[in-house]
Amino acid sequence: MSRPFRHLLDIESLTRGEILTILGLAQKMWEVSERSVKKVPTLRGKTIVGLFLEASTRTRSSFELAGKRLSADVINISGSGSSTSKGETLLDTVKNLDAMSPDVIVLRHSSSGAPHFIASRVRCAVVNAGDGTHEHPTQALLDCATMMKHKGSLEGKTVAIVGDVAHSRVARSNIHALTKLGANVRVAGPRTLMPVDIGAMGATVFERVEPAITDADVVMVLRLQSERQEAGLIPNTREYSRYFGVNSRNIELAKPDAIVMHPGPINRGVELEPELADGSRSVILEQVTYGVAVRMAVLYLVAGGTLDEG
Amino acid sequence: MTTEKSTSRSKKYEGLAETRELLDEAGMRTVLSRMADGILATGLESSLVLVGIRTGGVYVAERLGALIAARVGHAVPLGMMDITLYRDDVFGGLAKPVIGSTELPTSIEGRTVVLVDDVLFTGRTTRAALAELIDFGRPEAVRLAVLVDRGHRELPIQADFVGIDVPTTRAELVNVMFREIDGVDRVVLRQRGAR
Repeated sequence: MSRPFRHLLDIESLTRGEILTILGLAQKMWEVSERSVKKVPTLRGKTIVGLFLEASTRTRSSFELAGKRLSADVINISGSGSSTSKGETLLDTVKNLDAMSPDVIVLRHSSSGAPHFIASRVRCAVVNAGDGTHEHPTQALLDCATMMKHKGSLEGKTVAIVGDVAHSRVARSNIHALTKLGANVRVAGPRTLMPVDIGAMGATVFERVEPAITDADVVMVLRLQSERQEAGLIPNTREYSRYFGVNSRNIELAKPDAIVMHPGPINRGVELEPELADGSRSVILEQVTYGVAVRMAVLYLVAGGTLDEG
Repeated sequence: MTTEKSTSRSKKYEGLAETRELLDEAGMRTVLSRMADGILATGLESSLVLVGIRTGGVYVAERLGALIAARVGHAVPLGMMDITLYRDDVFGGLAKPVIGSTELPTSIEGRTVVLVDDVLFTGRTTRAALAELIDFGRPEAVRLAVLVDRGHRELPIQADFVGIDVPTTRAELVNVMFREIDGVDRVVLRQRGAR
């Protein structure tokens, strides 16, 4: 009997077996969310603190619901209402929270590595809910859960990730998870938004969208942040949309049963055509549904649940 | 799925010496048949729902369901339940490699639910099953059927339908084998520590 991990800081350090274990457990948790009484007593008496020092709607509410469905006590702290806005350092904030004996701190932070930094300095478990441009492990896990729901095993499946890969923690976590699960990962985007070391992560790089999504099983579209235009990395969003947007024309290059994913929030009409986001290929809202289940599984494991590797 | 479970089930008994056979294939058949008669004798078949507790209880429930169906001439609703998330020792290292789903075939509102398990020991699994069951509704009544009652209860819980009563020591393990996963229907007593 082994505990796969004490914290969940990234996907990179997880094994394939651990990822599959979490996803298997998430399936059970999904079933709980389908009941009329959406609550099990598993984490009764456990305390979870969500520290969201960067804007978040989906992830914050998803973690909160996940904790509550497992009967944990959950409090959320957001950036503007916290003492960090009075100049308190992250470490001080976290140590003060830790002094109140929570079992888990869920951290969203704009600096890459922030969860790793605090994990070794607190007694409780730490879950990374997105750190800078580094990783967003629970997003990748929920994405994999959604893909496996539609495609079964991801072994040999082709997943195209399109957009601002360089600044995307979602892309990083997904590339790690998908390559471990045996998928062929393609990335496409403007050269200015493509990290130089991306090939080393096991993804194939494309400079144009069309070849990247040709015959793909899954097309994952990333959000284009408006700051990228201000920084001069793209000329303007219209041009970006024309060359790198996914729309009902170029999606025809993908497999007939290809699904379209987006981690949200969507810039409708920029990286993704609205008709496609709302169309039959879109599994965007399913991703949100699986998010709660995956986070229940993760909270169960870091709060002390034990599991053999699946 | 089945292979994973069967590996983990047999792993638990690996290297533990078999001290006594409690039931062979014919014995198991007789005992199950008697249990099915016992459940029918209560006259509840019209509102009956059988719910097996994973993993062993599911196989017992399936057998009982088939036997009852053969006697009354129609299928009996059959469900299964994984109580891991309701255990009071979730963090004591007893969690299972795969937490199975809970699937109830019908609303249990107003029905008579017979919880089915293979072995009744401390009663804690039954307590957890009761807690989970009432999250799904309010049954008219809940009964408990077990293939083997081995004693050592830690909670005030008794079975209504018992296959066999077996006095055991705490060092002993009751190993129930099912054709579906172990290739044979058999119940044996094993000794912990005797390798």
